[in-house]
Amino acid sequence: MRGYFVGAGLAIAVATMATSAMTTRALAQSEIKIGEINSYSLLPAFTEPYRKGWQLAVEEINAAGGINGKKLVVISKDDGGKPADAQTAANELVSSENVAMLTGTFLSNIGLAVSDFANQKKVFFLAAEPLTDAITWSKGNRYTFRLRPSNYMQAAMLVEEAAKLPAKRWATIAPNYEYGQSAVAVFKKLMSEKRPDIQWVDEQWPPQGKIDAGPVIQAVAAANPEAILNVTFGADLVKLVREGNTRGLFKGRTVVSFLTGEPEYLDPLKDETPEGWIVTGYPWYSIKTPEHDAFLKAYQAKYNDYPRLGSIVGYQTIKAAAAILAKAGSSDPEKLIAAAEGISMPSPFGEITFRKIDHQSTLGAFTGKTALKDGKGIMVDTAYRKGSDYLPSDAEIEKLRPKD
Amino acid sequence: MAFYVVQFLTGLASAASLFLVASGLSIIFGVTRIVNFAHGAFYMLGAYVAFTLTERFSGAFGFWGGIVIAALVVAAIGVLVEMVLLRRIYHSPELFQLLATFGLTLMVEDLVVLIWGPDDLVGRRAPGFKGAIDFFGQNIPSYDLFLIVLGPVVLGVLWLLFQRTRWGVLVRAATQDRDMVAALGVNQKWLFTSVFALGVFLAALGGALQIPRDAVNHAMDLRVIVEVFVVVVIGGLGSIIGAFVAAVLVSELNAFGILIFPKISIILVFLVMAVVLIVRPWGLFGKPEAPARRTPGLTVNPWRPLTMNERLAAIAALVVAAALPFVAGNYVLTVGSEIAIFVIFAVSLHFLMSVGGLASFGHAAYFGLGAYGVALLAKMAGLPMIACLLLGPLLGLVGAAVFGFFAVQLSGVYFAMLTLAFAQIVWSIAFQWVSVTGGDNGILGVWPEKWAASPSHFYWLSLGIAALAVAILRIIVFSPFGFALRATRDSPLRSEAVGINGKRIQWTAFVIAGTVAGLAGALFAYLKGSVFPDNMGISLSVDALVMVLLGGVETVSGAVVGAIVYKALNIWLVSQTDLSKLVLGGFVVLIVVAFPKGIVGTLEALMHRRRKSSSAASPLLTSRIETAE
Repeated sequence: MRGYFVGAGLAIAVATMATSAMTTRALAQSEIKIGEINSYSLLPAFTEPYRKGWQLAVEEINAAGGINGKKLVVISKDDGGKPADAQTAANELVSSENVAMLTGTFLSNIGLAVSDFANQKKVFFLAAEPLTDAITWSKGNRYTFRLRPSNYMQAAMLVEEAAKLPAKRWATIAPNYEYGQSAVAVFKKLMSEKRPDIQWVDEQWPPQGKIDAGPVIQAVAAANPEAILNVTFGADLVKLVREGNTRGLFKGRTVVSFLTGEPEYLDPLKDETPEGWIVTGYPWYSIKTPEHDAFLKAYQAKYNDYPRLGSIVGYQTIKAAAAILAKAGSSDPEKLIAAAEGISMPSPFGEITFRKIDHQSTLGAFTGKTALKDGKGIMVDTAYRKGSDYLPSDAEIEKLRPKD
Repeated sequence: MAFYVVQFLTGLASAASLFLVASGLSIIFGVTRIVNFAHGAFYMLGAYVAFTLTERFSGAFGFWGGIVIAALVVAAIGVLVEMVLLRRIYHSPELFQLLATFGLTLMVEDLVVLIWGPDDLVGRRAPGFKGAIDFFGQNIPSYDLFLIVLGPVVLGVLWLLFQRTRWGVLVRAATQDRDMVAALGVNQKWLFTSVFALGVFLAALGGALQIPRDAVNHAMDLRVIVEVFVVVVIGGLGSIIGAFVAAVLVSELNAFGILIFPKISIILVFLVMAVVLIVRPWGLFGKPEAPARRTPGLTVNPWRPLTMNERLAAIAALVVAAALPFVAGNYVLTVGSEIAIFVIFAVSLHFLMSVGGLASFGHAAYFGLGAYGVALLAKMAGLPMIACLLLGPLLGLVGAAVFGFFAVQLSGVYFAMLTLAFAQIVWSIAFQWVSVTGGDNGILGVWPEKWAASPSHFYWLSLGIAALAVAILRIIVFSPFGFALRATRDSPLRSEAVGINGKRIQWTAFVIAGTVAGLAGALFAYLKGSVFPDNMGISLSVDALVMVLLGGVETVSGAVVGAIVYKALNIWLVSQTDLSKLVLGGFVVLIVVAFPKGIVGTLEALMHRRRKSSSAASPLLTSRIETAE
């Protein structure tokens, strides 16, 4: 009796597998798959808005008829914040899911790991968020493109404002890992070029996520700088700001700060937001362009929530991927590269281009000053800075980037 | 001058928060011998619950009341955990409870995001302690002063509790000799529960008190747990005063260290711990442990080599595994290679733990050294793959030889923590020495040569090396060296008496385990094509530990099964669900309850029982084992 059951069960299982294989095959011809990887479980505060952003983009693309008539499907995987796991996910997406391209990643080392994987396996990779300059320059490769303005670009935007300050004695506070180190290095280099009279009087390197804010602030204050460069973010930034406010570190000192104007980092500070910091960020409430209005409306209608910078990055990553796939008219990586090099497209921040020379997009960022309004932190005096204006000359990039 | 005073006070304030959490961990460990990995999770829960309460109830009363109630609520959760989960596994092998609390931690990390959302939460400031006090032109936050006072007050209360109450006497007695207290008729169950509740209360209070200075987020637990362990060990396990002194020591060294070396924070606590343990093997205030009465890791079923039938079965399993490339696609094969590599890694740790009786918390160091060895040889020296695979693990060997020499001087948890310290020191070198190791951006482009590049070839390579590693380690277990190692594990005094040089034997075992781990790391570098400091991080060490415990410490090769189950499940869950930590944690907890000796250990016990009921010769055998015990 039991034998019959087992036999019947097997037959059903085989039949189901066969039909599902057939439906998958039938579907495969009418859809294009993109593989997406991000640190969802490790960094939910940034990746949740990011996910909402790309989901909105997928919906819009498919509502408009898909990519050359094919439905766009995004298969998303979590990397848990580990480069090795990101590669496992990339491998699954490429080998098992047969995706046309890889996108995503947040942390720089994961972006680099996936980029190296893409180079080895000859797969197109569109990096969304990693900021490291290495991904397009010193460790750049022909299969990898990057959307977000890099460390260098953000530093260059901030330096433009910072160089106007009268301050001559500068201190830096940055998390002790590649992002912090390279942000400080680029900022110092660009700043000292413009202002040879500047002195760097102190630097603090708290471990990422583990800042002991009190002693760090005391140490910076003891060097008596006139201005401070901050690169910390997230929980570290909150601690730094709270402790700094209490101890009066920011009184009479200008602070220049990477990324702090992004809602992800600014909003948690609430009524403790320090005023007058020069920051890069995303003032979604004060951008008045038709492109951004359309995005904002669609986003708020779908989620009943305001967008974070991650939402923009997620949205534009998938929009860019779709534009590249549509232009290439194929999922062949070589054709995708040819299509992506120099492609221009609209974005919520205006038109952007993926440069041929280093595969960096010209998506820019907003700079402005922090202020308090109704117990919340906002950015004021904002200005959009196009990415293309803050990149080094082609000759310099030729030197930085290895030949394909 | 005023600056140094203020810097000193700031250090004291940091010390106070650290001490609250550390004292709880120390008390729990002292009495129950549980390495409570979930202590950080309770700390985090305390902060989250306190955030909700202090936002809900206004005013000073709402704030302080909210903090205390939050700690009580979390303590109640702790009691529940102790009664439902931990009570079932007190008699499991040493460290098995670590597995249970590790599973809990995974679950809590996902649960807080589900309940409180993904954003960082910033709570309000403490009423009455919002500003700062001027000290000769330097500002000291008044909340810091509050913490500076609170630390010694808690220390005093705990001291009174332990010295002046009957309960305290029992706790101290249990810390010194658990079995004797039980023999005297003390109800251990409730003693353990109450101690656990107190410990969790302190952790949650520590977390709740962070609200005015920190952002509450789902990574708080990992931020604090390792540091707290280190403080407890520096102070000496079970010593409250030790924990206090260690917290002050670490915090002050950090406060003044960053003035000279701004990058010191990342490694400071581990440097201090390594130095303290080398100089004082039981921490500053700890006492040498009395020789263990019950041998850890003693097997009820004596180990024996596989029978002919079992050997055939193992070979058959290997043949089946080797046939995988004929049916599976590239992705499955790559996952298969990864699992094979983790089998090598897990058996190397298992060898150290089960045969050597030395539980290392920093085994990933040698895995990572092997990986970096390969990456450096391939990228800098440009050596061919075979040469790299042979020479790369030697870096693991060298590391194990150097660190092992110091580590085997210690035993038990002190050994574990010293290996952890060494692993963190190696990790920070890989992390900081950017010009050679590439820092956290790692070394890229370490791909296998053509002959091994295809997933099936690489799978066969990994599988072959894994089979070889398991076989060789088994041969060592049943060699004279293995017997000597087991003798040292089971009775250091007796083995010394018969002329075995225990430390040298253990050191050799450490080097063997480190080299095999290095081999796994070498393969891993080629599998991933890149090397990152992550490859020697704490989480990888913990993964290996979990694999060994899951398989069963008291078995000869349980880690093989543990590695396969854990790694396969982990990869599958991460791919399939967004709540992989919740599911994986729940699964680990279930396994702990269902298989209290690990998967293989429990199966072996079952088979043994069945064999016993069927064979007549067994009574004699059992009685002999009992006398041996």
